Amino acid sequence: MKLELLPWLILFLPLLAAGGITLFTLRYRTVSALLSIGAIVTGFVLSLVFINANGWQPSSAESIANWLTIGGLHVDFGLKLDALSLMMLLIVTGVGGAIHIYSFGYMHADRSFSRFFAFMSLFTFSMLGIVLANNFIELFIFWELVGVSSYLLIGFWFEKPSAGDAAKKAFIVNRLGDFGFLLGILMVWGLLGSLNFTVLQNKLTADPAVLGGMATVAALLLFCGAVGKSAQFPLHVWLPDAMEGPTPVSALIHAATMVAAGVYMLCRILFLLNADALHVIAWIGGFTALLAALIAVQQNDIKRILAYSTLSQLGYMVMSVGLAGPTPAMFHLTTHAFFKALLFLGAGSVIHAMHDEQDIWKMGRLQKKMPVTFWTFLIGTLALSGVPPFSGFYSKDSILGQALSQGNYALFILGAAVAGLTAFYMFRLFYVAFLGKPKTQAAEHVHESPAVMAWPLRVLAVFAVIGGVIGVSQTYASQFSPGEARESFGQSLVEPLTHSPAGVLVGLAFIAAGFFAARALYRDAASDPLPEKLGGLATAMKHKFYFDELYEATFIRAHDFIAAVMDWIDRWLVEGLCIGLVRGGTDLSGRALRLVQTGNLQTYAFLFVLGVAVVMYFVLGK
Amino acid sequence: MHVGLEHYLTVSFLLFGLGLLGVIMRRNLLVIYMSLELMLNAANLALVSFSRFNNNLNGQILVFFIITVAAAEVAVGLALIVALYRKRQSAHVEDLTSMKL
Amino acid sequence: MALSDILPDILFYLFAALTLLCGVLVVANPFSRNPVTSAMFLVLTIISMAGLFVLLHAFFLAAVQIIVYAGAVIVLFLFVIMLLDLKEEQRRKIKLFGAVAGLVSVGVIMIISLKALRAARPGANLPAPQLEGGTNALGQLLFTQYVLPFEVVSILLLVAMVGVILLSKKDLK
Repeated sequence: MKLELLPWLILFLPLLAAGGITLFTLRYRTVSALLSIGAIVTGFVLSLVFINANGWQPSSAESIANWLTIGGLHVDFGLKLDALSLMMLLIVTGVGGAIHIYSFGYMHADRSFSRFFAFMSLFTFSMLGIVLANNFIELFIFWELVGVSSYLLIGFWFEKPSAGDAAKKAFIVNRLGDFGFLLGILMVWGLLGSLNFTVLQNKLTADPAVLGGMATVAALLLFCGAVGKSAQFPLHVWLPDAMEGPTPVSALIHAATMVAAGVYMLCRILFLLNADALHVIAWIGGFTALLAALIAVQQNDIKRILAYSTLSQLGYMVMSVGLAGPTPAMFHLTTHAFFKALLFLGAGSVIHAMHDEQDIWKMGRLQKKMPVTFWTFLIGTLALSGVPPFSGFYSKDSILGQALSQGNYALFILGAAVAGLTAFYMFRLFYVAFLGKPKTQAAEHVHESPAVMAWPLRVLAVFAVIGGVIGVSQTYASQFSPGEARESFGQSLVEPLTHSPAGVLVGLAFIAAGFFAARALYRDAASDPLPEKLGGLATAMKHKFYFDELYEATFIRAHDFIAAVMDWIDRWLVEGLCIGLVRGGTDLSGRALRLVQTGNLQTYAFLFVLGVAVVMYFVLGK
Repeated sequence: MHVGLEHYLTVSFLLFGLGLLGVIMRRNLLVIYMSLELMLNAANLALVSFSRFNNNLNGQILVFFIITVAAAEVAVGLALIVALYRKRQSAHVEDLTSMKL
Repeated sequence: MALSDILPDILFYLFAALTLLCGVLVVANPFSRNPVTSAMFLVLTIISMAGLFVLLHAFFLAAVQIIVYAGAVIVLFLFVIMLLDLKEEQRRKIKLFGAVAGLVSVGVIMIISLKALRAARPGANLPAPQLEGGTNALGQLLFTQYVLPFEVVSILLLVAMVGVILLSKKDLK
């Protein structure tokens, strides 16, 4: 393997940038930003160099340094290099790099500019660690690091109470998933005696039944981690609230990092998941997709709509993994990274121009004043809706095709319906926010964002268009189903039609239905006509099906009750009885002994002589 | 009976006891100090008599050092008493109870 | 029995009685509680102690005792007494409790130690004393075997001097 130092460099450059900014350049805003951007862009270039030199499957797939050995537990600090991780490397550094550059313009007025870039670099470092980890312990450490850095970034404007709450919520909800994840890791270690992915895979290939009856439990526990990180039902509640962070952070979390980690992890450990577990995973994914799409239909905050659409798309990916299709899942993750980053950055551009207004019903008619944002956002919308020949069409179709080929028609219909809903809520957003009449004064006086924000949009838009046909899918396929012939460009352009024409047609029909419904309802609409037509359902959608309220009423209430009991025990039993007795006893004896301290020298001398007399009696007197 | 070690030691003990009594009973710092000197002298007497009856000069050397140190101690101690008196206008131990809380 | 045989014993009893009597008067003078009186009786105690030293053939120490104690230390005491003007002090009464407590505790110690002395009889089997504590013998020892402690003690005196000068400054901080 050539250039084997490069992956290490790619991994640690962002950490160096984060450390350097924190320690030295907090006062120099531009230097900090350039350090952070430089680290991630260099990482991207180095990734390209490395892939160019070694191909997608480097000759030695792992680069290992022994980290620690405790009894039978050997933990390496190693880098796993294969098509999966190298592709993710490109996505994280590429899309992340575009977001970093965009942030330079977006965050320019912020007081804590340097701190922001330090956190961004830390976040990138953690995500790269997850991508490159070659064992569960290393993965878990970086997994938690992602949790911490997302906490820091979501709570970046910690002066706002809502931002602090959202950061806490994201962290705690993730912890719930991570708890299961950790149990799963321990179970795998206990049953198989190793944590290295390659070793585990060899063991399972040699004897698929080695996990025995615990296989499903272990797989589902590991899936818990993905449920938390990738915000699947029932732990999906943190992701929409994570909008409280700055918009580039949302773009980073939703596109290139964090939520992608869960899906990536599932693909990485796919060999551990048995059929039963996959079934559960597929249905949770599908249910999340539908639920989130329904909620997205009735949201009015531009970032919230995008957040629920992310949830929905993540449901797609998880569903695809559950349908034993890691290639479509990773394919969709990649294209989704392009267009979701694009959409978030476009939304950020609009919010920036509207002076922090996020309600789509206060925007309108932006195409003349913000042409770059308008056109790139349109591309993102088309791609997300799955309109051919944009990238989203290919990846979404490959997932639907996977459902068909597995014979799971229920999930196929569900997926197609969600595709229709996606088209509906995205065009609803687009019609209301970008077309129609300007609905407020502010919308009439917007200006295009500066070039440093516009160029990342343009670049991402290009990839959102061509992302489906540049061989991403084939690269993943080379790992998950080796031996298939690579397709030419022309073949991949029409691949969905040749592969599963029925799926394509049904999917397109739903998408078209969604588009026309949105066009009919929201063209020139001044307010949302849907609540009148749907009644209670629309209200439920608007309130996210009352999940937050449900959790508030059950888990949080129960938790508060336990906390109150504990508080009572602590206050009265521990503090009052145990500590109180000790304290009172000490106090009382202290008061009693204090009387001895007369302060009179001669009393002391007298007691001293008395002591001497006693000693002398025992030594001499007997 | 011929005068021997026991006689000298008895005198030394009694003198020591007198000094101790003074330290406990008297309230005047200066007199307490003098009583301390009495106790030191009692120890000196014991040492010199041990030295004499054991045919060993080391005891007398020790007494020599004790006298020197006692002189230094008296100088410092008296200076402290004077300083204390300036601050409190009293050389009476009952007035010096600042060790009490 | 020749006079020269019993003369040291007579002198011992004389000096011992004088020492103890003057010691009592230092600590508890029934006629005066003036510190000056105490100091004067301390001088007498020390001088009679010097007599005891002579009887023990410690001539050099006897001289040092008189020069250092009676000469220097007592003069210091007197100076301080004059400086402090302790007239008001004399009117305070000795507290009964203090006196009883002191007498009891000291009495116990004395009884125990004298009983132990009586029981031990340390001087019973000793050879006849021949030691001469003259200047020559002590000097020999001081400047050979004890030269280091001797120098250290000189430093101690210097330190004490510096300390006293510091303590005597008017504005003590």
